[in-house]
Amino acid sequence: MVVFSVFLFVADSKFNLFASSRIYLNSLVSPVQYIADLPEKLFSGISASVMTRHELKARNQQLEKDNLHLKADRLLLTQLENENKQLRELLSSNRSFTNKRMITEVMSLRSDPFSHQLLIDKGAVNGVYVGQPVINEDGVVGQVSQVGSTTSRVLLIVDVSHGIPVRVQRNDLIAVLHGSGDWNRLKVPFVQSNADLKEGDLLVTSGLGGRFPAGYPVATISHVDYQEGAAYADVSATPVAPLHRSRYLLLLWNEDQYNESDLSKGRLTTSALLPTESADNAKTPPDSLNTAVTDEKIEPLESKNVIIE
Amino acid sequence: MSLLSNYLAIYFTYFAGLVFAIVPLPIMLNAFRPDWMILIIFYWVLALPHRVSIGHAFILGVVFDLVLGSTLGMHALLFSFLAYIVITNYQLFRYFTLVQTTLLVGLYSLLSKLALYLMASSLQDIILHKSYFWSVFTSMLVWPWFFLFLRFIRRRFKVA
Repeated sequence: MVVFSVFLFVADSKFNLFASSRIYLNSLVSPVQYIADLPEKLFSGISASVMTRHELKARNQQLEKDNLHLKADRLLLTQLENENKQLRELLSSNRSFTNKRMITEVMSLRSDPFSHQLLIDKGAVNGVYVGQPVINEDGVVGQVSQVGSTTSRVLLIVDVSHGIPVRVQRNDLIAVLHGSGDWNRLKVPFVQSNADLKEGDLLVTSGLGGRFPAGYPVATISHVDYQEGAAYADVSATPVAPLHRSRYLLLLWNEDQYNESDLSKGRLTTSALLPTESADNAKTPPDSLNTAVTDEKIEPLESKNVIIE
Repeated sequence: MSLLSNYLAIYFTYFAGLVFAIVPLPIMLNAFRPDWMILIIFYWVLALPHRVSIGHAFILGVVFDLVLGSTLGMHALLFSFLAYIVITNYQLFRYFTLVQTTLLVGLYSLLSKLALYLMASSLQDIILHKSYFWSVFTSMLVWPWFFLFLRFIRRRFKVA
């Protein structure tokens, strides 16, 4: 039996033997997950049904107001979108923002030192796929790491094995954001000492990996520190989305990947945040972005930095 | 009592254990969640070694891995090892006082935590939080009551 479990362990971890059967196995245990989710569902159901008429009215009014504001913003948005499209056509780099979206509910949250994961109530029957970006109304939450037929798992951006390509909104510096294993901290490794980063800078997805669509806020820089003599500055960031408090999330489908011309022209021409490879550095970055700039090949960067499991 | 009803109560506790192991808790309390599965397997193997054996523990471990989304076989290995230890020593463990079994549960819980950490760290780089080991203490705290509760269930439903 011990031999068998060791076999299972090795087979699953090293050879990924169960990748295809995992979806069925996952759906096999989903009843347990649904039942475990029941108390919370019940509780929120009860709290929704004991709301008074007055409260409901006030809430409705508030929502109507919000809706009006959002609609007004949207009016402008369509115009800006058109303008943006025209400008992009002038640059002959077109990019579409038409993303299919789906609202999903968080069923449970797993937090051990090994992984930061969420369980959501959408699965393969809804068209969820591995590597799919997941956001909420504030920013990026993570990506789908396992799919069952009616449930799937989301690996959060704070997981230690997670990396996400970002850029600084203020000055278009690019970086890769790694999870730290803490709920409210992200690391920005391999930042040069003279990089123009300030506390409070907003980091948004750069779209370089091709997995996350560009432009969604991810985190704000919370701490920049450079020790004299150290190879890199010590930079950490805080996720903008409340990762363990959001009940509803959005799944995004990015159907068309960004084409090559956009990648080479759009972001990468700006000064790279990552240092050039220097011979005296013992720990050179795993895949320096500078090579990506010159080669115009983005794929290897993606495969190295965005690890799913 | 028929064989089916014997197993029904046992399977029901397995199921309840799985549910309680993943039921959503506030993030602060999450680290204090006792290792329900270890407690349940420990009790049943100790009480009914001819019914609940390593096979049960193994299957339960695989199911638990699936529920948690961890690498298959991690918990299966731990649970079958636990069942093995108990099944070879149950005659000794049965004469232990409640305090002694509590310590035993704590020890095994701690060892399993360490083993899980080692296994996980062989696959990916992970960061160890101090709060990781809190559940060892909560498991020990819960065990005496849980033991009495399961014994009550066993006698109430005449599982033998």
